[in-house]
Amino acid sequence: MLDFPRWRVWMLSLLVLVGVLLAIPSVLPTSIRAQLAQFVPTPTINLGLDLAGGSHILLEADTSQLAETRLEALEDSVRSAMRRTDPRIAIGNVSRANGQLSFTVTDSSQVDAAREALLPLTSNTLGSRDWNIGVNDGNRIVLSPASTGNETALDQAMDTAKDVIDRRINALGTLEPTIIRQGENRIVVQVPGLEDPEALKALIGKTAKLEFKLVDEQADPDQTAKGIARVGSQVLPYPDNPSGLPNIAVRRLGGISGDKLIKADPTFDQQTNEPAVTIQFDSEGGQKFARMTQQNTGKLFAIILDGQVISAPQIKEPIFGGISQISGSFTVESANALSISLRSGALPVDLKIVEERSVGPDLGADSIRRGILAAVIGTTSILVLMFAVYGRFGMYANIALVINIGLILGVMALANATLTLPGIAGFVLTIGAAVDANVLINERIREELKRGRRVVQAIEFGYKEASRAIFDANSTNVIAAVLLFIFGSGPIRGFAVVLMIGIVTSVFTAVTLTRMWVAGWVKRTRPQELVI
Amino acid sequence: MKLLKLVPDDTNIDFLKWRVFAFALSLVLMAASIGLVATKGLNFGVDFIGGQMIRATFTQSATAPVSELRTKVGTLGYGEPTIQRFGKENQVSIRMKLPEGADKNPELANAMAVKITNKLKADYPGVRIDGVDSVSGKVSEELFSKGMLALLAAMAGVSLYIWIRFEWQFGVGAIWSLVHDVTLTFGLFSLVGLEFDLNIIAALLTIIGYSLNDTVVVYDRIRENLMKFRKMDMAGLLNLSVNETLARTVMTSVSISLPLLVLVFFGPDVIFGFSLAMAFGIIVGTYSSIYQAAPILIWLKVGPHSFVPTEGAAPKAERLGESFGAQP
Repeated sequence: MLDFPRWRVWMLSLLVLVGVLLAIPSVLPTSIRAQLAQFVPTPTINLGLDLAGGSHILLEADTSQLAETRLEALEDSVRSAMRRTDPRIAIGNVSRANGQLSFTVTDSSQVDAAREALLPLTSNTLGSRDWNIGVNDGNRIVLSPASTGNETALDQAMDTAKDVIDRRINALGTLEPTIIRQGENRIVVQVPGLEDPEALKALIGKTAKLEFKLVDEQADPDQTAKGIARVGSQVLPYPDNPSGLPNIAVRRLGGISGDKLIKADPTFDQQTNEPAVTIQFDSEGGQKFARMTQQNTGKLFAIILDGQVISAPQIKEPIFGGISQISGSFTVESANALSISLRSGALPVDLKIVEERSVGPDLGADSIRRGILAAVIGTTSILVLMFAVYGRFGMYANIALVINIGLILGVMALANATLTLPGIAGFVLTIGAAVDANVLINERIREELKRGRRVVQAIEFGYKEASRAIFDANSTNVIAAVLLFIFGSGPIRGFAVVLMIGIVTSVFTAVTLTRMWVAGWVKRTRPQELVI
Repeated sequence: MKLLKLVPDDTNIDFLKWRVFAFALSLVLMAASIGLVATKGLNFGVDFIGGQMIRATFTQSATAPVSELRTKVGTLGYGEPTIQRFGKENQVSIRMKLPEGADKNPELANAMAVKITNKLKADYPGVRIDGVDSVSGKVSEELFSKGMLALLAAMAGVSLYIWIRFEWQFGVGAIWSLVHDVTLTFGLFSLVGLEFDLNIIAALLTIIGYSLNDTVVVYDRIRENLMKFRKMDMAGLLNLSVNETLARTVMTSVSISLPLLVLVFFGPDVIFGFSLAMAFGIIVGTYSSIYQAAPILIWLKVGPHSFVPTEGAAPKAERLGESFGAQP
């Protein structure tokens, strides 16, 4: 046991050296680290939001709304598919109840033709089926979502949403956000160093779905005020309605959506000099917009953002070229935010903020300072205690402990792990627990000496007998740490990571390294007596 | 050189003499803890009941105007706030229930935070907002159930490990002492009314790991002595094992509690509860491995017959120990 071949000594020393070197960039000041980074890679430990300050936002998609949006889109494509068939298929009694789209084919002899025309709509580009087609009562066609359809749609929507959020946050400037999908319908957004998350939340919380619909000018104002719409119309909220009503009736169909924009910029209205947003459609959207304005010159059209009318101007003349201006009661900031949101595209699904945590940088800095202070005091007291109690063997344990601290930092840097506030506590705890292995070994050596064994034999027995308990004790800690990691979230995971790394490195330093040094000492001096 | 000895050589303290008394005391304390949690309840943070917590420091005054704040925030129309000092005298956390309908419309929660922080900034020019936490009811329910699941899984997991490595009685002893430690920590939090949040669950899981650390060392010695002294009566054997490992128990407890106590007294305020839970749990855990985990083996009728030295758990354990640590 006390026999250490030379190659083993070299290997262990090299391992320690590499591990500790890895820790160095993390403890250097940022400016020096930046200079160093030009010559060598500088893996660093990330600081968690609770230490660096910043915002953590958990967004959840409204899945029921996604299903509704899909149904709406399906209705649109079904209507145009039925119009395009030759001869045209007349349909009526369209319903989107119960998560299904159903309609009656007026001429029941056309049911088969209608089915034929619908087939391309029921599968997606990957070839798997999104919708099931059924026929009830001879002429009523029912389209119901296939089981995988909604899941795939959600999955795609979440991916798109993640990209959209990424684009929107990047538009804010130099932030370094982490945006990850979590579970089926959630997205985590973490932005370090952001003190006031209001601007961020205003950006990512908005769906930014822009629509243009004709105002239903024949609607009865009394009915509209009560929120009742005629057939083919819908009532939408309109907070800035000049007529004083809180809402307005718009025609359900025949509008165009603003999801095909190539540009959106904040500007000022030339007449009123108030903040506004100019938008430019792509060529297809521009043509549609031109057609709509041409056919409806003189009428009012509503500009709708996320289901709420922001203004309803009159179409004075056809608008060609696809450039339009949106005015409403904007401030400079809100016009800017809206143009960013429109530029980066609408979110395919509404996202709600279900959890939000923000930490100011001062509190984080205070936590780091106090955490480091506690770690330093804790470590120093242990070093003194170990040396006082175990002498030479305590000294070995102390060197191992210091190396252990370096190794934990090194491994964390290499793994690009995040140090959180509970992580610092985990660090302090690991320092205390790391010497436990040495205590076990040294106490055992003491016992074996008392039983009258010779020095070398006592040391050998000490290491051998203590390893069993060290192994079991650390195994239980690993079990707890792994569960902590699996079930924990955010800062707690940071704590679990420190614990796991600490357990592995502390066994290595406290058992393997000290044994190597003890073996070297025994070989050199052949001690007949041992003070421990 | 004269070395320091925390525990004199060859102690022979009759720890087990007090086992019935200690067990009764522990039962009473556990019952009291459960009773406290049932009647007084735990001071759950927003992590577990949802709501909003705003942390603020009043940089220009020595103490935070807690009662004044309570009235001021109360008049904003969002109901009565829970205001607590944390850390320094001029730091407070203001906790609010989320406004009605905030689950559907997060704007409402947002608006509340803005309104409260604006009110603070307007009325107290020196105020510094240190953070805002907003957790919806749905997320808090998930965090709570996940946290409890983690606790149960950890207790079951480590006990199972002990059962595999030792004997089933040792597994029972381990889980009993864990339940003991966790229950008393719950009781402490209910008693002092410290905020119970996700961090405390993390502390409890760590306590489970380290409380068992002690138990394992004592158990390992009991197993070794059971195979060595096959005629010794059980109480005497447990006493011997506890005494033999006493120096280590004391030394390790001191070396783990030292940094934890430093953390409690000098560490970051935000994790005061977390540090306290760990320090308390480690100390209770040391007591429980001597006075709960060990005597339970007598009542579960563990004896030399539990380990047949030729084949079974112990030699296997020894082989594992060797392959892990010592070189042949």
